[in-house]
Parts: sequence; C-alpha cells; structure tokens
Amino acid sequence: MDGKKKAGFFKNPLRRWSWLFMGPVCAAFAIGFVWPFIQGIYLSFCKFKLIRDAKFIGFGNYVSAFADETFKHAFWYTALFAIVSLVLINVLAFTIAYLLTQGLKRSNLYRTVFFMPNLIGGIVLGYIWSMIFDGILSHFNTSILLESKYGFWGLIILVCWQQIGYMMIIYIAGLQAVSEDMLEAAKIDGATKMQTLFKVTIPNVMPSITICTFLGLTNGFKLFDQNLALTAGQPFIIQPDGSNIKTTEMLALNIYNTFYNSSSGSQGTAQAKAVIFFILVAGLGLLQLAYTRKREVQQ
Amino acid sequence: MKNLKKVLAVLLAMIMVIGLAACSSGGGGGDSSSETGSVYWLNFKPELDETAQQLAKMYTEKTGVAVKVVTAASGTYGQTLTSEMDKSAAPTLFVITNQSMVKEWGDYAMDLTGTAIANELNTDGFNLYDENGKLCSIGYCYECYGIIVNPDLIEAAGHSMDEITNFAGLKAVAEDIHARADELGFDAFSSSDMDGSSSWRFTGHMANLEYFYEERDDGGWSEQPASIKGTYMDNFKNLYDLCINNSLTAPTDLANGGHDAENEFKTGKAAFFVNGSWEYAAVSETIPNATMIPYYCGVAGEEKAGLNCGTENCWAVNDNASDADKQATIDFMVWLVSDPEAAGLMVEQLGVLPYKNAPASKNGFLADADRYNASGCYVMDWATNYQPNVDEYRAALVSALNKYNADQSAANWAEVVTAFVDGWAVQYQKANQ
Repeated sequence: MDGKKKAGFFKNPLRRWSWLFMGPVCAAFAIGFVWPFIQGIYLSFCKFKLIRDAKFIGFGNYVSAFADETFKHAFWYTALFAIVSLVLINVLAFTIAYLLTQGLKRSNLYRTVFFMPNLIGGIVLGYIWSMIFDGILSHFNTSILLESKYGFWGLIILVCWQQIGYMMIIYIAGLQAVSEDMLEAAKIDGATKMQTLFKVTIPNVMPSITICTFLGLTNGFKLFDQNLALTAGQPFIIQPDGSNIKTTEMLALNIYNTFYNSSSGSQGTAQAKAVIFFILVAGLGLLQLAYTRKREVQQ
Repeated sequence: MKNLKKVLAVLLAMIMVIGLAACSSGGGGGDSSSETGSVYWLNFKPELDETAQQLAKMYTEKTGVAVKVVTAASGTYGQTLTSEMDKSAAPTLFVITNQSMVKEWGDYAMDLTGTAIANELNTDGFNLYDENGKLCSIGYCYECYGIIVNPDLIEAAGHSMDEITNFAGLKAVAEDIHARADELGFDAFSSSDMDGSSSWRFTGHMANLEYFYEERDDGGWSEQPASIKGTYMDNFKNLYDLCINNSLTAPTDLANGGHDAENEFKTGKAAFFVNGSWEYAAVSETIPNATMIPYYCGVAGEEKAGLNCGTENCWAVNDNASDADKQATIDFMVWLVSDPEAAGLMVEQLGVLPYKNAPASKNGFLADADRYNASGCYVMDWATNYQPNVDEYRAALVSALNKYNADQSAANWAEVVTAFVDGWAVQYQKANQ
C-alpha cells in the first residue's frame, strides 16, 4: 500500500462512520451531564421535595443561600483549605518528582509507592486517618473532633498524602520532557543547580504546573468524602441562641447537609448553593488557567 | 482486508451502542407485573434486612407477586427515601417514623383508614396522623428501651437487683462496681461511643427522659412543641455522668467511637448497657437472663417508672403508586402480620407486633416492659419522636457532648444545655419556616 492509497482508505470511512463512534460518548455526556446540569439550574429556582413536584419560585433560594451564615463560613474555610493544600501539594509533589528524576536508585519503586495512596477512595481514607489521628491525639486526652485546628490540619495531611503521588506523576512526565540539550547548555554556560532549576527547568514544566495547580485548586474546593468521613463538620460552635456553626464543614458538605435536612424548602436552597458553587469553582479554575498559561514557554 | 476492517468497525460501534442501551434500560424493568401490582419496600432498619429479604422471597414464591426490598444504610434513611421517591419505580411501602416526618412526607402517604391492614391492628396507639386526621402511617412493631443489666454480674459484685429501684440505688451499685473493676474483672457501664453508630443511644434515647418528664408536666404533647424548657436537664446529667464516668472506656476516648458496646456487654465485661429491646436476640445468646431497667435519673417518684415504650417503625403506603401496586402492597403487609410463618419471623426479629393475628413475642425485654406495666408503673412514652429536624439537632448535641466528655466543666455542660434546649427551638423554626 502506498501512502496516498492508505490515506484515502482511512479518510472516507472515518468521516462516514464518525457519528457511530462519537455518538455514544456524546449521548452519554448529554444524558449524564448536560441534561442534569440544565435541570439543576432550573431546580435552583424552585421549591421542591421531590423533583417532579418542583414549583417555580424565582430567586428566593438564592436569597436564602446568600443569607445563610453557615454557607459563608464554609466558603471561607474552603478557600483557606484550598489555598493551603494547593501550595503544599504542589511544592511537595514537585520536590519529590525532581528528586526522583535525578537518577536515584530504585526510583521506579518509589514512584509506585508514592502513587499508591491515590488508589484508595476518599471515605475509606477519611476513616483510616481519623483512627490514626485519634490514636495519637488520645495520648493528649483530645480528639480530632474536639479542635477545629486539628480538623483542618488533619484534612490537609490527608489530602497531601492522597494527592502528592498523583501530582508527582504529572511533574515527572513534565521533567522528563525538558530537553537534555538545554540543561547541558545551561551547565556549559556555568549556571548553578539552583539557576538551572528556576531559569530552565521550571519555565519548561509550566504546562505541568498549570494542570497541577488547576487540579489542586478544584480538588480543594470540591472536597467532600474526606471531609465527611474525617470530621463531618465537628466540632460545632454552639451559639448562645442554640444555633450552631460547623467549624470544619466545607462547601460541598454544606450543600449536602442543606439538601438532606428536613427544613421545608431546603432542597431548593441547596440547589441554589450548588449553582453558586459551580460558578465559583469554574470561574476560579478558568482564571487560574489563564494566569498560568501565560507563563508557559513555547518551544 | 478492507471489508474486514469495515466489519470490525461496525461491530465495535454496535457493541458500544448496545452497551449504552443496556445501561439505560436497567432501571425500567418490572412492567410485566403492572397488572397484578408489585411491591417495593424501602426498609429503614438494617437489623431487619436479612429477614425482610427472606420474607420477600417467601411471598413471591407463594403468590407470584414481585417484592423488592431495599434497606437504607444505617443513618441514611432520609437521604435514601428522598432519592428513591423521585424514581419512576418509587417505593410503594416506606417508613414514616415520627411526627416531624409526617410533616415532610405525609403528602405522599395514602390514607390508610379502613384498609385491610388497618383492620388487622389491635391498637391505635402507634399510628401517626397528619393535621387533617389522615392516617399516614401505622405501627408495625413496638419496642422499648432502657438500661440492659446482667444480673449475674450485679450479684458477682455482691449486690442484688433489688437495690436498684431508683437513681441513688443505681448510682451506688454502678460506682461500687467501677471502683472495684480491676478486682472484679468487669466494669459497670459498657462504652458510650459518640460516633454515628452509637450516639443515638444518648441523643435520641436517653434524651427521652428529659422530654418525657417535661411532657408529663405539660399534661402530654399532642404535637411537636416549638420549644422546650429543659426542666429535667439535671436528671439527664445525673444518668449521663454516671454512664460515662463508670465505664470501661474513659470519657475522653468516646468521640470517635470504635468500641463495641454490645460485645462488651455480651462477653461479660460490663454489667450495664444502654440500649433497647431489639438487642434481645443478640444479648440473650450469651446472657439469657439479661433484664432491662428504666432510666433512673433522680426524678421524684421514679420508683414507679417503667421502660420507654413506643415505636419509630410505622409503615406508609405511597399514594402516587398505581392502584394495583397499592393493593399488592397492602396484601403483602397483611400477610406479613397475619401469616403464621411470616409473622413469626417478624416477631422474632422485631418484638411485639400490634396486630390481632400476630403470634406472641418471646422478647424478654418487652416482657420486662409488660411486667413494669402490670405492677402499676408508668410507661415513659417516646417523646423523643418529636425532636425537630432530627439529624441536625442531634449532630449539634453530639458535638456539645464530645466537648463535655473531654472536659466535664460547668461551661461545657452549659453548651450541652444550649444545644439541647435552645437547639430545639432553632431547629423547630428551621423546619417550620
């Protein structure tokens, strides 16, 4: 078969049959994502217990979502968590990836070991770590459920442990793609190791940094299972009037708790919170993408 | 070659399409039985699951009517019900546990007045009505809770059950056992874990003593009160403190749970176990003479107290189900409480069935409840069923109790009282906006 004939052979059938290959994926995406998404937005303007009984009420749900103090608390708590975890995960993942690409012995074994925590589901991780933390904290007569700061740092340790390995793999791929010629040229020009790292290596792995910071930020905001299993919002601050603030409740858990509480109309409020949550995460994600993309080096 | 590739491509595409179609058709089955009707029972008691599945199978074999039983995982009944009720094949038989759930789900419940299952009942005592007098759900079993005691251990410690007739007696025995725990080889109370699998024993059950006595002072509650006064918080504290401070597990270790209180009691490591009649089957395996005593807490005249009797187990039939399904569901319910074999299994698992044709129960704890009644003691009814916005209310109480367990200061107890008393009003407001 010569080249021309080969191209024709693939070209026409592919064009003719492409719908057959794309169709199922598009249909699944539409059924499983686009339609529920549109329905979700509609429901955020409704009062409902069951979806089929939804009654349109306008912006009322958004008003009560914004008026909800616990939602505000969850937002700031989540923002703080996302930033701290984003920085720690990325710095540590990059450091490990850098060390493991320096020709260390058994580096493949280490890569596997570091990646492994990522294979365990969030709920399981949450329960396992709550036992570990309490095993330690019980020596000091306290528990992860008693102090907000333990809950916060506990969750940070948990997600670092879980996600560093995953980010590390992405960084390793990026680091291996940095051209040897460039590194050699830097060496010949007399650049120190530090200079090489900051002036040559890091600008060249910017695409990996973009994707890892994006994942880190959105994962931080979307975190749910680990939050539920580790502290479920405890400890609460019991206000003098009898209401309470769940000090370690993040946004996703706040939405979940709102949805499944038996207050009338809380489902609609939760739905409105979810839409606000989507806009927030999508907006932040896009902003961050635009920001780091600018810093990528075009080769 | 060319044809082969084409065939392969079409084949692969077909597989994908068929796979997708198979996924989407998974949930829509069951049309064939629409004429005779079918039953979908959403059960909320994990302990009952095994028996319920067995009963469903028996009924299908006998009558050919399809019965599906789904049991919600512990503590997630509300979530499961919300999502299941939205499906096209929604539960036909579900559980409305209390007055606050009647408010939430009453609209979806069929009026059971005059139905075959309502006519089988031997008491109206456990039925739940909405504000218009519609019979939304009917009790299918009857339970009691209190403090389960191992009389052998009480005697081994040199005491007798006769000493325990009020809080002072209970306190003396429990504190003595705890003080000599090393020498005796067992302790007074089994662990009072505050994790989700155990905290309800305190935030739901033990809390009832406060609600009950307050309700009694008010001359009985007929609907959910908007607020409570907390008159008996000191009595709740008496019993709660006794429980956590004279236990196998230090109060500071309770927050995250992980102690198996049932097993501690069953294996003779503890003499007291705060729980209910549903534990009888498990407990009597090793301690056949285990008995249940009331929540003695220092209230005047409590020598005449009985056990906490009532139920959360009330069946409702989905009003949106087809007539055939409703009929099939009611037939199934009647079979469950009247067929000798089926009702026998139900009684064995659940205790007393308040139905005319149900066999008598062999549950020792319910026999204890009857014994108290017969000797003229007052029944502590389940005022706890009025708790507003239950999950939220109890979660705050758990958090406050955790703090108190770690440091039993007056300030921390004040927070428990706030969560208990003021929290009620806050959650009532939220639920009735």
